[in-house]
Amino acid sequence: MTALIEVDNVSKSFGGVVANNAIGLNVEQGSITGLIGPNGSGKTTLFNSIVGFHPIDSGSIRFEGREISNLRVPQIARLGMLRTFQQTRIFRKLNCVENMHAALSHRGGTFRSMFAKKSGQAEERAEGLLDFVGLYQKRKLRAGDLSFGQQKLLEFAMALMNEPKVLLLDEPTAGINPTLINGLIDRLRLANDRFGVTLFVIEHNMRVIMNLAEHIYCLAHGELLADGPPDALRNDQRVIDAYLGAH
Amino acid sequence: MTGKRLELPGYLLLAVFGVIAPLVFPAYVQQIAMLWIMIVFALTWDTMGGQMGYNSLGNIFFFGAGMYIAAVCQIWPWYDVGEYTDPSGSLTTSFTTDQYFLGLALGVVLAAIGSVVLAALFGLIVFGLRGPYFAIGTLGMAIAAGELIGAWDWIGGGGGIRLPVFPSGTDAEPLFRVPFGDIQSADLQGVFFYWTCFVLAVLTFLFLRWLYRTRFGLMLNAIRDDETKAEALGVRTQLYKTVAWSISAFFLGISGALFGNIIGFMEPLEVAFPTVTFGIFMVLMALLGGKGTLWGPVIGATLFHIIKEVTWTHLLGWQWVVLGLLIVVTVVFFQQGIVGWLQERRPEWFGIEVDRGTAGQRADAEAAEALEAALDDAGGPAREPVR
Ligand SMILES: Nc1ncnc2c1ncn2[C@@H]1O[C@H](COP(=O)(O)OP(=O)(O)OP(=O)(O)O)[C@@H](O)[C@H]1O
Ligand SMILES: [Mg+2]
Repeated sequence: MTALIEVDNVSKSFGGVVANNAIGLNVEQGSITGLIGPNGSGKTTLFNSIVGFHPIDSGSIRFEGREISNLRVPQIARLGMLRTFQQTRIFRKLNCVENMHAALSHRGGTFRSMFAKKSGQAEERAEGLLDFVGLYQKRKLRAGDLSFGQQKLLEFAMALMNEPKVLLLDEPTAGINPTLINGLIDRLRLANDRFGVTLFVIEHNMRVIMNLAEHIYCLAHGELLADGPPDALRNDQRVIDAYLGAH
Repeated sequence: MTGKRLELPGYLLLAVFGVIAPLVFPAYVQQIAMLWIMIVFALTWDTMGGQMGYNSLGNIFFFGAGMYIAAVCQIWPWYDVGEYTDPSGSLTTSFTTDQYFLGLALGVVLAAIGSVVLAALFGLIVFGLRGPYFAIGTLGMAIAAGELIGAWDWIGGGGGIRLPVFPSGTDAEPLFRVPFGDIQSADLQGVFFYWTCFVLAVLTFLFLRWLYRTRFGLMLNAIRDDETKAEALGVRTQLYKTVAWSISAFFLGISGALFGNIIGFMEPLEVAFPTVTFGIFMVLMALLGGKGTLWGPVIGATLFHIIKEVTWTHLLGWQWVVLGLLIVVTVVFFQQGIVGWLQERRPEWFGIEVDRGTAGQRADAEAAEALEAALDDAGGPAREPVR
């Protein structure tokens, strides 16, 4: 296995708050990798650093062997690394199909391609992916009118529409109806298995992440506390203490 | 879809009105030419403000820039611009028909190109700003331009520029005689600029109508709804914003070039960079008609222009009070505008689907069912759930 994302010694502070302190981790090509940790432990901050949302204080981040810590969000997205948001973000006034079209990749687009008409091929893919997340019936509805859970599904489908190499998901199951969770986990697996998308997932729900991920990293107070396969981590005393201490 | 069905009569109405208006209302040719310019104002403002969600208060900058660029192009090939604009100068000027139309053509083309270049340059500065900061930043740009031009003596400073006089009794006349019968040469100028303004409005409308149906139009709306999300998907937002502004600037620059020649005189504050009149009107017209829609700005501009002309003629002294009230009412009570209001009341006319069924809990349960069903189609889970 080769590492798709290599995070090395990355630190990030906000004023006096050290949100990430010398974090090092790898996300293997084709894997589903987990990131856990109590509230405020710096998980979202690490995602933001990786995708270029804010500059890091020190360290190095490589994607497919290429240094990306000096690139900005859209550039990194065009390399094939996409993220979803903890507070779901979709285009509220556009309908679902339009959201999917808007999510089409901008990799290698020419000036003229900016003015292309919507292609029938893209329309088919959009509808196929909306069907994949169970939103086909809702495809003509405005995204802002969907329930929160449906918006999360739409955001996930949009990410797939973009055909990323790796997808960083920030708490994909948080705040959605429990009845949706199993279906969503299956979708994540399918995306990984069938479409070959590497997944890096922040998740609070222990049952979910232990089932889903092959390798899990645990943060606490901005530091990398432990990592390993789910079984090892489940029984790691430091992880148990961090979660017990936090609750 | 009734919205689509309303569109065709809309086109016919405008086209027929546009063609016969100068024949039926010869006394109002200039006012109706002004209506076409107002429509261009509202349409181009809406590209940024309505479609993309960037409320510029300084778009009038490109109107003034186009006006001045055109004036210089009309003078400079034949006379020294500094001497021409010197108020104490004794330079006597006259332009032949060829010189006039050549200069005008050059002026219109360079006004358009120059405005696009300026939009790209200023875009580098103001597109770092969001929300009210963008509005104020662009306003500052237009105000500063007016002041700077006022201090630049070569192009007339605060005293302004007289434009070349429209040729009279010339070889151009027969061209107008054909469609208009016996036309007085004094009216030639009015008719000529009426047609150029009409053509400009039609081209602007058709271009934007095409643009909004492309991927570009979709990305403008995406940036309006959530620019952070668009960036996260890899959209070159800066490029889209710059191109959108350049498109506005292109048509506004031409409108400025034409307007200067209709009035025959320009100075920086009242004519070229009138931030508190035309600069505000363009925002108001788009809001009144319905921002973010193709027809909204057209309807808003038409209505506004009629109200404005009527109050100017019949309520002189009160016209600013009436306009002020219109602004307050629109902004406070009627933000979605006429077309926006219609879309809300009659979404089916516009092909907008509204969910009348489920919400919240029930919607989620429904979504879970849909997920399960879709999963069965997909051939079951990729792997059996572990543990
Ligand atoms: N933009 C910011 N400005 C200031 N402080 C911030 C900012 N973003 C995060 N922080 C701080 O950094 C720390 C880590 O926050 P972060 O959002 O990364 O945690 P998290 O692990 O994602 O938590 P949660 O599970 O609640 O989402 C917190 O103390 C937070 O208050
Ligand atoms: Mg977080």
